[in-house]
Amino acid sequence: MTVPMSVASERRGKCELAFVVNGRRENIRVYPMERLLDVLRHELNLTGAKEGCGEGECGSCSILMNGELVNSCLVPALQAADAEITTIEGLAAESQLSALQSAFLECGGAQCGICTPGMILGARHLLNKNPEPNADEIREALSGNLCRCTGYAQIVEAVAQAARHRSSE
Amino acid sequence: MAARSRPAKQSMSDQRIIGKSVPRKEGRDKVTGAARYIDDMTLPGMLYGATVRSQIPRGIIKRISFAPQFDWDEFVVVTAKDIPGKNCIALIGDDQPCLADGKIDHPEEPILLLAHADPHLLRKAVDAVTIEYEPLPAIFTMEESEARTEIIWGTDNTFKTFLISKGDVDSVWCTADFIVEGEYTTGAQEQLYIENNGVIAAFDPQQGITVWGSLQCPYYVHKALMALCALKEDKVRVVQMETGGAFGGKEDYPSIIAGHAALLAMKSARPVKIIYDRTEDMTATTKRHPSRTRHRTAVSKDGKILGGEIDFTIDGGAYATLSSVVLSRGTIHAGGPYYWPNVRIRGKAVATNMPPHGAFRGFGAPQSLFAMERHMDRIAQTVGLSPVEIRRRNFLQPGQTTTTEQTIREEIDLSKLLDRALELSSYTAKKKRFAQENQTGPIKKGIGIATFLHGAGFTGSGERYLASVVGVEGCADGTVRVLVSSTEFGQGTNTVLCQIAAEALELPYDDVCIAQPDTNQVPNSGPTVASRTAMVVGNLVRSAALGIKQALIADGLLSDKYSPEEFRAACKHHIAKRGELRSIARYDPPPGVFWDDEKYRGEAYATFAWAVYVAEVAVDLSTYTATVKEFVALQEVGKVLHPILAKGQIIGGVAQGIGFAIYEKVVWQNGRMQNGQMTNYIMPTSADLPKIRVFFEELGNVHGAYGAKGIGELPMDGPAPAIVNAIEDALGVRFDSIPVLPEDIFETVFADGVR
Repeated sequence: MTVPMSVASERRGKCELAFVVNGRRENIRVYPMERLLDVLRHELNLTGAKEGCGEGECGSCSILMNGELVNSCLVPALQAADAEITTIEGLAAESQLSALQSAFLECGGAQCGICTPGMILGARHLLNKNPEPNADEIREALSGNLCRCTGYAQIVEAVAQAARHRSSE
Repeated sequence: MAARSRPAKQSMSDQRIIGKSVPRKEGRDKVTGAARYIDDMTLPGMLYGATVRSQIPRGIIKRISFAPQFDWDEFVVVTAKDIPGKNCIALIGDDQPCLADGKIDHPEEPILLLAHADPHLLRKAVDAVTIEYEPLPAIFTMEESEARTEIIWGTDNTFKTFLISKGDVDSVWCTADFIVEGEYTTGAQEQLYIENNGVIAAFDPQQGITVWGSLQCPYYVHKALMALCALKEDKVRVVQMETGGAFGGKEDYPSIIAGHAALLAMKSARPVKIIYDRTEDMTATTKRHPSRTRHRTAVSKDGKILGGEIDFTIDGGAYATLSSVVLSRGTIHAGGPYYWPNVRIRGKAVATNMPPHGAFRGFGAPQSLFAMERHMDRIAQTVGLSPVEIRRRNFLQPGQTTTTEQTIREEIDLSKLLDRALELSSYTAKKKRFAQENQTGPIKKGIGIATFLHGAGFTGSGERYLASVVGVEGCADGTVRVLVSSTEFGQGTNTVLCQIAAEALELPYDDVCIAQPDTNQVPNSGPTVASRTAMVVGNLVRSAALGIKQALIADGLLSDKYSPEEFRAACKHHIAKRGELRSIARYDPPPGVFWDDEKYRGEAYATFAWAVYVAEVAVDLSTYTATVKEFVALQEVGKVLHPILAKGQIIGGVAQGIGFAIYEKVVWQNGRMQNGQMTNYIMPTSADLPKIRVFFEELGNVHGAYGAKGIGELPMDGPAPAIVNAIEDALGVRFDSIPVLPEDIFETVFADGVR
């Protein structure tokens, strides 16, 4: 369910939000303090970002905002003005999975799948900053994304495989 | 990646798809974000629903008042009086009300439901409903429940008792060289699936009620809704959406939330969505039962168990729900993988004024096996043998009987399994090295083992009562579809059942798909619980698949030997001619299986999985933090149908077991969980877990599809005792309660004067 950060501030009226989501310019009207997670899910129908805890602990709502990994449940919509946003829906080009997505599929990195979009974006963020991370660096980088199914090992393998794949390209 | 080689003909021993890590069926949707979970679904005109819950653990509702600043005519309000059928959650018993009617038995008990189109306003409205109570004295511990100063359930606060009795225990005490006693307790554990509970319900006077939800057991919800809404079988439809983790936590609870949404939908004539937020999910829904196990064991001087008494008690919370079955599994597993010539095991589930505890992976076994495996180390110390040797001398052997007098018929060699685990973990060398290194410095290292078993499938006559039904059908395009109510929530149900059908029909994996579980479309293949899906349902899928092949052969459309192209053509032809190609398989209990429900004696399970786990820990005596450094998980689980999925199940289960042992503590106050947030209930992150090395032995299993046994729950049983045994090895002090948190280590170490 949508839980506003502050009902009172939200009711002050909608305002314009212009930003770029997955390479596409969007101009929509939002309540300034609406959570970016809700804007993406409800206004733009990008339901890949999930709400797990609503308090920035689980990372299942992770997205990239101006290249940084953020919990979209903690970002007020207006803070995304003019930002460049990447969600899981922006990773696969047409029908071609990204290297990370393929690796998650092949290594067993996705079980129930609810943490997977956030986890993949967390991994993408890591590989952007550190193209050849070792296992400890991968574990450290993903420690803000909780997964209850896998025990993380196959996720770590997937990220390492994707890194190898990207470096050999 | 995919099973692309398509040799059409092969023998059973030359399996093409079984044993191969084919791609997860719904995996692509999961990595692209396209997979549809319940909160991703919206229906036109949909309202949002919310629950007003009790703030007290026990009492009488005196008055419900609604704050005047809201226009309550805008809201749909449902109370117990609006229930068309019976006010209960039909499961095993019917003692749990769907909505409290006058009486409160636990904190967070649902009292009243609200729905509104604006979820923000709805949330405010929940706080604007005031319930006035007359409080009654409440009880929160097993001991208080047993003292019976307050009777809160039935005549004696007892949901269920079991007695397993083998041989003559009373005669062993006088012949024993040692009598070893111990008491062991385990805390509640939250399943903590990352997707909270949620459903959408829609009502149509002609079609009845439809519920879409995040759930494990569509037909459990179906049964509960029939009773609650007074609707006939064909007027209730339950559809499982992609489910973001469950682990038992979505076995029985979805019947409650589905019932709530259904009541709101019936009253409002609009679709209603209820999605819990994290705190509501953690504080109001089920957890693993807290437990207390007492052991008293007679042992000979050469370390043989002569006999013993085991008292296993679990806290069921306020209503009976699944406690009797959790108790059953825990009681049967209480003796571990050891031979007991004489034993008396008493199991008891008691009532407290806590939210009902429920199913969580392992289902009673992790609790009683924690006690058994801690107790084995205590026996070893008493007798003066090593933890390894004491186990070796007491392992069940083929031909011997378990505590329920089930004869072990498979050729399991636990001693050999143990040897392999010791070798893989360098146990002996490490144990010696740690003892030396621990003499200096603040980091104390230890290594511990746990040996255990887990029964696959429903207990005793359970599978016979379930009488599961599975369908396999041919589609108009010549492909094949599996029809089951067995659900996917991460474990790999979709993939494994499609592998089995493809193997049986000698078709490529990609030619087989699985239907979305929808009670209007699929037969009742039973609940997705008890590590039964691959083994029991898988076997039925194989039979049903062979049924459509036989139908095509009987129809003259197919010969014994065929290519996938020939099969597709035959399938299309058959459907064009007859409109349908469908085969149904029903569970048929294996002959010669005996189980006595009264005496709790006989074949408790069709088969057991066996395991030896080795944990290596480091305890930092400057922070009092225990960390698992290495972990070896060796198990015999029959045929491994899909190596990557199987490995994923084991690592994931071990991770939850590590949480159970040293991280996850539910803090209770007056029966309410105080730390119902991910901020203060701590589950392991990727940075907390060690490398978990997984190894399989494959004995096979005559009862399971292509030799499979159950695997899902097994890895939950062993980590906690192995880790706590390792902590004792590191520090030389005993911990008999989990979780073992830094504050527990601090207190115990100081009390013991280790420093």
